[in-house]
Amino acid sequence: MLGVWSMLERYRPANVLLTAFIAAAGLAVGPALAADPVKIGHVAALSGGSAQSGEAITRGLTIAIDEINAKGGVLGGRKLELVQRDDESTPPKGLTAARELVFKEKVAVIFGGIDSPVALAMVPLLNKEKVPHMAVWAAGTGITRNGANPNYIFRVSAVDVLVDVKLLQYASEKFGAKKAGLILINNPWGESNEKGLIEAVKTNTAIQIAGVEKFENSDVDLVPQLTRLREKGADVLILVGNAAPGAQVMKARERLSWKVPVVSHWGISGGRFPELTGPTAGEAHFVQTYSFFGKQSPVGERVLAALKKKYPAIKGPGDIFAPIGTANAYDAMHLVAMAIEQAKSTDGDAIRTALEDLKGSYQGLIKTYSKPFAADNHDALGPSDYIMVHYEGDNVVPVY
Amino acid sequence: MLAYAALITGVGLGSMYGLLALGFHVTYAVSNTVNFAQGSTMMLGAVLCFTLWVTFGWPLAAAIAAALLLCAAWSVAVERIAVRPFVQRGSNSWLMATVALGIVIENIVLFTFGKDPRGMPAGFLTTTYVPMGGIKVQALQLLIPVIGLLLAAGIHFFLQRTRYGKALLAVVQNRDAARLMGIDVERVVMASFALSGLLAAVAGILVAPLFTISSTMGTLFGIKAFAVAILGGIGNAWGVVLAGLIYGIVEALITSLLGSTYTQIVTFALVILALAVRPSGLFGRAEVKKV
Repeated sequence: MLGVWSMLERYRPANVLLTAFIAAAGLAVGPALAADPVKIGHVAALSGGSAQSGEAITRGLTIAIDEINAKGGVLGGRKLELVQRDDESTPPKGLTAARELVFKEKVAVIFGGIDSPVALAMVPLLNKEKVPHMAVWAAGTGITRNGANPNYIFRVSAVDVLVDVKLLQYASEKFGAKKAGLILINNPWGESNEKGLIEAVKTNTAIQIAGVEKFENSDVDLVPQLTRLREKGADVLILVGNAAPGAQVMKARERLSWKVPVVSHWGISGGRFPELTGPTAGEAHFVQTYSFFGKQSPVGERVLAALKKKYPAIKGPGDIFAPIGTANAYDAMHLVAMAIEQAKSTDGDAIRTALEDLKGSYQGLIKTYSKPFAADNHDALGPSDYIMVHYEGDNVVPVY
Repeated sequence: MLAYAALITGVGLGSMYGLLALGFHVTYAVSNTVNFAQGSTMMLGAVLCFTLWVTFGWPLAAAIAAALLLCAAWSVAVERIAVRPFVQRGSNSWLMATVALGIVIENIVLFTFGKDPRGMPAGFLTTTYVPMGGIKVQALQLLIPVIGLLLAAGIHFFLQRTRYGKALLAVVQNRDAARLMGIDVERVVMASFALSGLLAAVAGILVAPLFTISSTMGTLFGIKAFAVAILGGIGNAWGVVLAGLIYGIVEALITSLLGSTYTQIVTFALVILALAVRPSGLFGRAEVKKV
């Protein structure tokens, strides 16, 4: 260590000279440099079972980038350029991709995908290399709340702990429920939500937890689990799990002729929940950040029109798969562009500082953001920004 | 109420395990080998039936028949590729080879059928409910144990009472003697594998409407069914089916009474305990070794 320092000491005059030279050269070729694109990285599942989520995020980013570039880009004329890498939903692949984007492509920020484990794997690298990360789907609490200071990880999406607050609040307000039966997938995601729900109930006096039951992806018949919750007096089911096992929960509920309301995390929105569940699919209300159904704000109208134009397969809101990916990414991209403008640079630390103290407000798809982030809050969305939806046929529409 | 609900769930699932375990029994009784790809064969039955019926629009009966035949053929292939070459050389590597073939077929299905689980369209057997004390029991749930018991009875009768069945059992006792008596040993072993594949396909097609169809749906079933086969005494058709029912009911009872966290721990611990007390299985007879 000492050797390196002394070496730096020795070469300090040379360093100064070098810096001055680079600065001069920069001035000389200023206009050319200014036209260099700003690279925006995106590491997500672009193949495999979650490929649709990656594509949805890509669409949101693309529409936002097109809008920003049409207005002249950022930093006085530099266009934004999307550089994507497939993480195949596996953390090591995601980490490799992030390294490549950081060291080779030299991206200004990296957007993430659906998989919390992939995001969690990238967090230490990005914090170390001071490259801001914008999570736009993965809801794992520890992604943004990672203990690093300074923290380069931001998110425009739901957060497990806050979703848990929302689920209980909705259950008591919408259904007048007083005793929640938790039915959770038996994996780290279910566990983290169990903790979150137990924590959330402490601040919500209207509702208690009647019991906690777990299920496996391979469970065929969940009548025993639901019977236990019914015996314990549950008057609402809080469901955390993906579409396939979630469907088994709904089928068991139907077999018990138990008309209990079901309030669910967004796991059931992937896959083919209506096909797997049958006629009771619409009875599960679940959380989302945005829906293109129903009356749209002017921003919503504009984005919908842009999506239809850019992707001819989209004829209406029903053709927008994984809408939250598109909506979150769209808003997040605009916030990042604002931060780059405010930072007047693509330096990671400058962008982070700008994001933590974003001036002015931005009217986005999900809401109007003013001061979306702070040094101690890297999540732009909270429980009041989440909406509740359910299936009508194959469409996900808001519950009013 | 808890115990009652568990009973209904347990009988349905237990018969499923029993059916699959019968497949282990059949090949073991005839050739002293088992097909560890049994769980994947069950999955294959469900996937083929779904694909032919829903995706290709075949009539249901034709889809079921084709799925059954293809699964039987697949099991014959497993015997040819992964069992016979090893047995002929006196090796036990068929154990690993059948597991490997199971993984291969699961991955092929993953690529062709896709990662998204699919659901069987509702039919008469799943939409007809029989109310039984507060629980709507689907007609299919009642049909599964009936089919399981009938098949066990059929196999038991066939092996113990018919000439051909006795010929099958003769093979396992002494291959050379059986061959001298004019029994085509290779063909007999092949037939037992075909039958085991058929049983797995029946299980897969029956469980599909109650479950979701995916490339991994058979994995845990296969493991549980093997535990059941050992528990029942793998040489006894009735024992295997009864053990399936017991396993299913105990599993559901544990979930109901202790909670789902304990299901796998307690159930498998009980299997180990049962085998410690009765090493040849609950209904099995110890193999007589002539010295």
